[in-house]
Amino acid sequence: MTITLIVRRSLRQHAFSTAITALSIALAGGLLMSVWVVKDQSQKTFTQVNTGFDAVLGARGSKLQLVLNAIFDLEASPGNLPESDYEYIKRHPAVKRAIPIAVGDNLRGYRIVGTIPELFTDVEYTPGRHFALSAGRLFDPAAKEAVIGSFAARRLGLSVGDTFHPFHGLVYDVKSQHADTYVVTGILAPSNTPADKVVWIPIHGLQTMSGHDPRAATDVSAVLVQLRSPSAGFMLDLMYNKQGNRLTFAYPIGAIMAELFQKIGWFDKVLALVAYLVALVSAAGVLVAIYNSMASRRRDIAILRALGAGRLFLSGAIVLEATAIGAIGMVAGFAAYAAIVSAVSAIIRDQTGVLIEAFAYNPVMLWAPLGMIGLCALSGLLPAMKAYRTDVAENLAPVS
Amino acid sequence: MSAGQNLLRLSGLTKTFPVPDGGNRTIIDVPEFSLGAGETVALRGESGSGKTTFLNLIAGILSPDSGSIWVGDGDMAALGEHRRDRLRASKIGYIFQTFNLLQGYTCLENVLLGMAFGGRADEARARALLERVGLSHRLGHFPRQLSTGQQQRVAVARALAKRPSLVLADEPTGNLDRANAREALRLIRETCAESGAALLLVSHDPDVLGLFQDVRDFSRMNLALKEAGP
Repeated sequence: MTITLIVRRSLRQHAFSTAITALSIALAGGLLMSVWVVKDQSQKTFTQVNTGFDAVLGARGSKLQLVLNAIFDLEASPGNLPESDYEYIKRHPAVKRAIPIAVGDNLRGYRIVGTIPELFTDVEYTPGRHFALSAGRLFDPAAKEAVIGSFAARRLGLSVGDTFHPFHGLVYDVKSQHADTYVVTGILAPSNTPADKVVWIPIHGLQTMSGHDPRAATDVSAVLVQLRSPSAGFMLDLMYNKQGNRLTFAYPIGAIMAELFQKIGWFDKVLALVAYLVALVSAAGVLVAIYNSMASRRRDIAILRALGAGRLFLSGAIVLEATAIGAIGMVAGFAAYAAIVSAVSAIIRDQTGVLIEAFAYNPVMLWAPLGMIGLCALSGLLPAMKAYRTDVAENLAPVS
Repeated sequence: MSAGQNLLRLSGLTKTFPVPDGGNRTIIDVPEFSLGAGETVALRGESGSGKTTFLNLIAGILSPDSGSIWVGDGDMAALGEHRRDRLRASKIGYIFQTFNLLQGYTCLENVLLGMAFGGRADEARARALLERVGLSHRLGHFPRQLSTGQQQRVAVARALAKRPSLVLADEPTGNLDRANAREALRLIRETCAESGAALLLVSHDPDVLGLFQDVRDFSRMNLALKEAGP
């Protein structure tokens, strides 16, 4: 227990530098864990979110753009497809269910998506779960009514019975307001999917919105597809993408999203590198803090040596002190982690409607603290060597 | 080889230090010295005569260039540093002129550390010793919160905490006023006697030396001083 007494007292004697150094370790450790968890969870969540669909059929173009637009309500639509294409795929024997969507308007920046009520009544957005209403009822497909996603409703301050005028385009422009008036009939319960940040209206309403091209009044932006079997997806992929040249069949959705993460993999690496560097700099901070305090420790070291403490024992105490600073820092690091991931997941939620599981267990929560503590222990080696070499007689002055 | 009846026996002890002009200067050259178990000896020596170096050699803090230093059954001069530390931790208590208390530790912790490296840190004994030196009400105080005389009493308790067979005292009253010096000396001698420890005290103060029966002249013992001349 002697060594813990020495370490405890030393930490108290150098309380200020201990606190500052532990804080930098906390930030570094918190940042490292946050980068890792956000990266992993985003990838995991975004490749798993499909809101209950296996594929998306859309205009010829990028599969990724199609998925981002139709599933995540991000990006612009690559174009429209005639209603006949929707009718065709809906009746295709390999297709279990097909839900058309139309996009092109917004409500103060929140995307308005036209669809059919079956999206809410028939589709399980995650196994065993249908979209539910927290208030009101679904829209009437023939009326100018809307159901608002929970997040959008909160941000827009809308509740059942409120009315609004849609704005043209996907980007909010106050001057491009449509004349049509919609009534809010329902608010969706939170689903932690992109649907939460969408204003849902009947597809016919969006297609025939005042100011829209009447020639495209029956076009749809995309068709969300549920397949009867995975092999059906490859068959339709062959039919639309390889044999045809007019439409794009995005399948499987998870693999397409995984491609996105592969494309931005370099960014993850840059973030991880920055986090590693911050961790390294913080560990160097431990080294500097202890090393700089060695002058004031020499006398204590000499006294302890005179009392019989061995060189290795005292060097070990220095390494243990550095380790303790690392451990204290990493305890606080979890608080920093909680603060960072809460902020980041709120931003992701804000931007995509998707809620990442920020506090789910991730191996980084084990190896990052251990790594940081190990790094701190290593950084204690240099001061420990200095302690090892401390000249006892010289530091026990005065000499008589 | 055994030191026989003597607790401390040294022979042919020399120690040189490098000097700025590039050569070496012999500071210690003591052919013989011995101290029996439980014996009390005072060494008279002027400042700068090498007394502290002599005590540091006996304590194994410094290693000699030649000679042997038997403390009980161990030759401090022949042991490696780790074993010297162990021998010092188990057999030698050291009282310094400037007390050398650990400022970040309480009185009780200072005394506990005095015995921690030689065996078990026995808190009951530490408390008893501090009570013996009249500081039972200062256990949780830090050295800076004590008077100089009280600090020296903590240093005495610390040196004796491990039940050493040899106590080295280097000008232990050098920083005390006359009244406190007498009190400290009384305490050192009494507690050494109570625990059966031999005491080797060095001082240049005639008042201090006058209190001891066996006073030896370090300048005569240390041939290096004779060679260097006055």
